[in-house]
Amino acid sequence: MQIDLTVNGKRASFDAEPRLLLVHALRDSLSLTGTHVGCDTSSCGACTVLLDGVSVKSCTVFAAQAAGHEVTTIEGIGNADELHPMQEAFWSSHGLQCGYCTTGMIVSAVDLLRRNADPSDDEIRAGLEGNLCRCTGYENIVIAVRAAGKAMRDGTKRHSVADLMPIHPPAEQPPPSGEGIIPPQLQEANR
Amino acid sequence: MAFTAMVGARIRRREDPRLITGRATYVDDVKQVGTVFAAFVRSPHGHAKLLRVDASRAKAHPGVLAVYTGDDLHHAHNLKSSLPVAHKIPDLKTPPHYVLAIDEVRFVGEPIAVVVADSAYTARDATELIEVEYAPLPVVIDAEKAANGAPFVHESLGTNVAFTFPFSAGDPDAAFAAADVTVKQRIVNQRVAPVPIEPRSMVANYDAGMQQLTMYSATQIPHLLRTQLAVVLGLPENKIRVIAPEVGGGFGAKLNVYAEEAVIGWVAMQLERPVKYIETRSESFQAMIHGRDQIDDIEVAAMRDGTITALRVKIYANLGAYHQLLTPVVPVLTLLMANGCYRFSNVAVTVIGAFTNTMSTDAYRGAGRPEATFFVERALDLVALKLGMDPAEVRRKNFIPKSAFPHTTATGLTYDSGDYETTMDKALAAADYAGLRKRQAELRKQGRYLGIGLSTYVEVCGMGPSAAMPAAGWDSATVRVEPTGSITVLTGVSPHGQGEETTFAQIVADELGVPIDHVSVVHGDTDKVQYGVGTFGSRGTAVGGSALKLAIETIQAKAVKIAAHQWEANPDDVEYRNGKMQVKGDPSKSMTTAEAGFLAFMGDKLPPGLEPGLDATRRFEPPNFVFPFGTHICVVEIDAQTGQVSVEKYLAVDDCGRLINPMIAEGQVHGGIAQGLSQALFEEVIYDEGGQLLTGTLMDYAIPHAEQVPHYELDHTVTPTTVNPLGIKGIGEAGTIGSTPAVANAVIDALAPFGVVHIDMPLKPEKLWAAMHASNGSTR
Repeated sequence: MQIDLTVNGKRASFDAEPRLLLVHALRDSLSLTGTHVGCDTSSCGACTVLLDGVSVKSCTVFAAQAAGHEVTTIEGIGNADELHPMQEAFWSSHGLQCGYCTTGMIVSAVDLLRRNADPSDDEIRAGLEGNLCRCTGYENIVIAVRAAGKAMRDGTKRHSVADLMPIHPPAEQPPPSGEGIIPPQLQEANR
Repeated sequence: MAFTAMVGARIRRREDPRLITGRATYVDDVKQVGTVFAAFVRSPHGHAKLLRVDASRAKAHPGVLAVYTGDDLHHAHNLKSSLPVAHKIPDLKTPPHYVLAIDEVRFVGEPIAVVVADSAYTARDATELIEVEYAPLPVVIDAEKAANGAPFVHESLGTNVAFTFPFSAGDPDAAFAAADVTVKQRIVNQRVAPVPIEPRSMVANYDAGMQQLTMYSATQIPHLLRTQLAVVLGLPENKIRVIAPEVGGGFGAKLNVYAEEAVIGWVAMQLERPVKYIETRSESFQAMIHGRDQIDDIEVAAMRDGTITALRVKIYANLGAYHQLLTPVVPVLTLLMANGCYRFSNVAVTVIGAFTNTMSTDAYRGAGRPEATFFVERALDLVALKLGMDPAEVRRKNFIPKSAFPHTTATGLTYDSGDYETTMDKALAAADYAGLRKRQAELRKQGRYLGIGLSTYVEVCGMGPSAAMPAAGWDSATVRVEPTGSITVLTGVSPHGQGEETTFAQIVADELGVPIDHVSVVHGDTDKVQYGVGTFGSRGTAVGGSALKLAIETIQAKAVKIAAHQWEANPDDVEYRNGKMQVKGDPSKSMTTAEAGFLAFMGDKLPPGLEPGLDATRRFEPPNFVFPFGTHICVVEIDAQTGQVSVEKYLAVDDCGRLINPMIAEGQVHGGIAQGLSQALFEEVIYDEGGQLLTGTLMDYAIPHAEQVPHYELDHTVTPTTVNPLGIKGIGEAGTIGSTPAVANAVIDALAPFGVVHIDMPLKPEKLWAAMHASNGSTR
């Protein structure tokens, strides 16, 4: 069957079996591989996209159900020329390690802030319950979502990747906990 | 050493822009023209004879290109269809491990046949058309039962015991005879699943003209995988290219050589088409390695003042149905770490590795050390309880003192450096331990159950000296100064989330005085990178980073010769200072690494006899392991009505030596704590008595959500190692190793008023509720 929809603001159409899942349509028919598949039970959230602005797990939606609707994937959330504040916050707060869950996590978090512009940490944790991360222990994800919320409420200018290069210690990071990063005897040796 | 701006700085990761914008390339994102898709038929039985495998209907299905069974592969020219196990265990029983089952299946999920079709959906459809006739056989899933009779997993072996490894040091019997008190406890370290969010993924393509096989695989060990594929597939190793592109987490589960990798490589050679296989999460739970699964029977001898004098342990290690790459090695690591960070010198450990009708266990984050740390840290608490002492004081009594390093333990490891007491004191102070104990006593009077758990761990990592490894323990680095001054690093380690594209560039930037953006770190491609051993055992930076440091030193030595020649100076008088070369004590003239690299490329102004080019490949052979340590403190409250555990506080003070990027090190600790805490409270792979996997999806197997884990408070101390030139230890596994006993000790401490001495993990509410109500709710 022919499926017509809007993806990241652009019209798209392709042929698909009726059973084709939206996530596979995005990844295989439209080559938008930023949306990932991490499970087969709608548990992990790696495949999260926005459907008419609301987060859905694209492994649980048939491509045919998205016909006529608007889909936003991670590629449409922001890009290297203009990062979404959520993307920048994940970067600055080290809210990712392997990156596999990250794209879905960012999309979910964007939707979370749409529903609640100033969530508490507990609300952030509860709001992300549909997305699993095995690397970060969630600590820095919570910090990232909090920081993105503030940036969005403050209307902070959006940055490109190049704006944030060369990479430097982000000002909003807390100072390193603990004492000397480099042991004094080695600092001495460097002088 | 020149440390300036970058080493020690919390800089943003350089790998992140592609990851946060969805532009990274994981294996499933690799798209090649003409790709066909594979799906596997897997055993639904824990143990059965294969009477008949009939693929005729599947072969006739539209879109299906081929179906292969175990018999097809076994009789194939060149294919050595048994998978490798790396070990140095004497008399280890190694039954054949075919890439597709032949005649018999021995665990649920064992691959039987592979279907290749023009779409992934069609391939999966066709697996249902393959008729397999089974004759079920008796099943054993428990290691202790398997080791003591029961039906055999491999009839031909005549036993389920793959190996017995007895060890004894000192005189444990005498120590037990002289002890004031002894405690005895069976501790079950349950089976868990690693669950990287990216499942196993592979794309193989065979170029018949070049006779070259290219394998994209989500692996932690591209070179070791290449070597093993060469052996299994009968191909020359220089005709195989393994690429580990972006890899979505590993935790040890991708430190392996899987049947599916060999099969997909072989199928690509038959069809001369790119073949893609991405496992489903359900398949991943069945056939990606599991971790832990030990029964540890411990006995501790102690004196009245809290001094521990001896430890006896009998370990039943559940190996699963077959050896995977490191299966038998893992419980031996448990034995080696049975001393923890304590002085006791009388130790007797027996490891019994047994086959069962389950998926293989192997190196899951921590790999053998979490099991040791768990029973040692539980043992300390059991002694404290028996003697009525504070758990912190029992630890203090038994620590290896700072002055004793390097310290050789009873189990034969030489710990490089440590300062356990300082780290514990820092943690106790940060947590206000005395205040917590006071609060605990007050709350108990109100019928509220607060528990405080300590874990003072040490672990062995930076794997490792080749002499002590199942295979090579060194790693490699190339540093290349390109003609226009950018610097390329080729590293033999294969990061999959650990951030070495950033940390290695930090080291290069400081040492060679270049902007970090001029450094490119390349990894995970055997055609680009010289042989490397890979990323596992918290070795990436400790071993791979040390190789990088050596390569930098070689570059610097050559650059100095080039600069000295231009200045007609003696090379001995030229040095690197703040990333530039200058004559010692004379800052008037200087030369950058890039300038020296350009001269080395031009070749016409080099000292006589010096080869052109400015690059170096070095390998680092670690003289020893490294031993990071720390203290974790967990505070929980247990709801007496429901048994629900809430974690009130989690505090960790870790020491992994020098930190290159503290932000990345902290991230490793966060993730490690979450995994270890989750083993304590939530996770468990369950097979029923018939060998059925009951926890086969993410709806049944509980990896934690954000709201199920606490905020972590971190701090650290810095005790550099002398084992490597960077002074760094590993931090990848420490959080997992330290956290599980801290959480379990907290929960069990909370239940002390009910007379609870020990409860096995996972510490689920129903178990705790039952323990609290075993005495009709009345406290002791």
